[in-house]
Amino acid sequence: MKQSIAVAATLAMVIGGFCSQAVAKDTRSAAAVAAAPTPAAKDAATAEFDKFREVMEDSNPAELFEAKGEDLWQTRRGPKSAALADSCDLGLGIGVVKGAYVQMPRYFADAGKVMDAERRIVWCMIEKQGFSAEELFRTPFANENFTPEPTSLVTYVAGASRNLKIAVPIDEPHVQDVYRLGREVFSFRAGPYDFACATCHGEDGKRIRMQQLPNLAKKEEAIRAYQGWPGYRMTGGFMLTQQWRMNDCFRQQRFPEPRYLSDTVTSLLTYLTANANGNVYKGPGIKR
Amino acid sequence: MADPMKIRAQMKGDICDIKILMSHPMETGQRKDSDGKVVPAHFIQSLSVDLNGKTVISGQTGTSISRNPVFGFKVKGAKAGDKVTVNWLDNKGDKRTDEATVS
Amino acid sequence: MPNRFLFLLTALLVIAGVARADDYRLRALMMIQNDFQAKGQAGLDRLETDSLQHVCNKYSDKPPEALLRLVEADQLATVKYPADGRLMGDWREGEKIAQSGRGFTWTDKPGLPVGGNCYNCHEISPKELSFGTLGPSLRNFGRNRGNTPEMRQYVFSKIFNAKSFNACSAMPRFGYIGALNEEQIRHLVALLLDPDSPVNQ
Repeated sequence: MKQSIAVAATLAMVIGGFCSQAVAKDTRSAAAVAAAPTPAAKDAATAEFDKFREVMEDSNPAELFEAKGEDLWQTRRGPKSAALADSCDLGLGIGVVKGAYVQMPRYFADAGKVMDAERRIVWCMIEKQGFSAEELFRTPFANENFTPEPTSLVTYVAGASRNLKIAVPIDEPHVQDVYRLGREVFSFRAGPYDFACATCHGEDGKRIRMQQLPNLAKKEEAIRAYQGWPGYRMTGGFMLTQQWRMNDCFRQQRFPEPRYLSDTVTSLLTYLTANANGNVYKGPGIKR
Repeated sequence: MADPMKIRAQMKGDICDIKILMSHPMETGQRKDSDGKVVPAHFIQSLSVDLNGKTVISGQTGTSISRNPVFGFKVKGAKAGDKVTVNWLDNKGDKRTDEATVS
Repeated sequence: MPNRFLFLLTALLVIAGVARADDYRLRALMMIQNDFQAKGQAGLDRLETDSLQHVCNKYSDKPPEALLRLVEADQLATVKYPADGRLMGDWREGEKIAQSGRGFTWTDKPGLPVGGNCYNCHEISPKELSFGTLGPSLRNFGRNRGNTPEMRQYVFSKIFNAKSFNACSAMPRFGYIGALNEEQIRHLVALLLDPDSPVNQ
């Protein structure tokens, strides 16, 4: 019996070890090493990675952040000493978390805005708990040494929509309006390289290097921009949200930086999420 | 103090499948920060798993293990309702104990 | 000068076109101007569209034929050919430039050299298996098209300003925006056309 335990433990450590190796590895060369010349073999390389991700999804460190987020949601905190669970309405009633994530972005009359999950949560932290906006906006995204509270909260809220269908209320006029703005943002070309989101994500079956590019304008593929977020990034080992994803897209587009929780980012998220309406969300994911 | 672990212990046939997620930076001591300074090593150096107070596994761990590591064990002779206790200790003396019940 | 003319023309077309999509386009544009901040080398000036970007945005990358020709001629006029007329460099250097995808993001160090980004979108040398498919395969480019003076000029122009031949192409205007200099473009021309380049093996 001791023997089998030891073997299992070693295996677990190998999985752990693989992650830390992935940190050091340049993804491009890793892909090149794994790839063989025929298209079929390339798909095999992708399949291998998918298999690895499947194993990791079973014990995703994102759960740690879900737990932390739940704690933050339940606890009375901030200058107003309020719990989000007693004060924050994510669209389905005060304190209701289950199913809220897959029904955002949505219109919130109290804020007069269409908001995505992260924007809403931060709004609640500021309005209901009295946290300083300046503070929250200073370091909005996680790094090796730091996880912002909204990131954990988003992960918790997202986890409470696991296996539920995405259902952005697109027929609501405010949401519809923001959706249309998002569609325009998606195809807006500018910057030194003349890039729009659509330049890389507007066609079927394309790749950048070995990275598959979903056609986000298409219903069947838009889910790929949604699934797996918020995601635990194995490279570096930290949790990232869709707000970060959009931010980093603009970086790669060679644009200046979108402001955290800005209308532009919300509009894009509205466009992308509503395009994925009807698909089942699998909960916080894992990314390489 | 470190964040709590997530422990799942489930009977699958006559084997108990234990999954443990730990929140830990697991710094190797070889990484450099943005200023080029070496980030000091900070890692879990030992861990143990107890079943109803009796240690069923204990081991030494090191810097080859990733940040926020995942451990999986299979244990014979457990049953639903048993108490699983996991302890770890890191090289800075920080430690953590968490419990779960076998389901 | 042609740029200014084009701007006037498109401005008139904007006023003439009153489709509803334009309201959203205009509102989206205003929203974007509001929502970004300069970071690193990426200043807010990057959100100001030039005449070409403006036309492509306005017509969703499909401008009417007459405008298309005007725009392309306008872009071709920006190409600066080497004074000494030499268009072929060293394909080995070209391969290095083609490999790199760095440059121009807010996390990149400002200034040159930046990468050519070529493999991001094109199959080029058979030795590099990690290539993108947004652009056409350039495998055997020289072998298929011939290493003629006309072809060298075309390739140089295409890399310098891709919009000269396809106004709303997805390919950046590497020479025009100063991402690649004359010497670097020469190396890339060689990568595609030199009979000794792996592209043509």
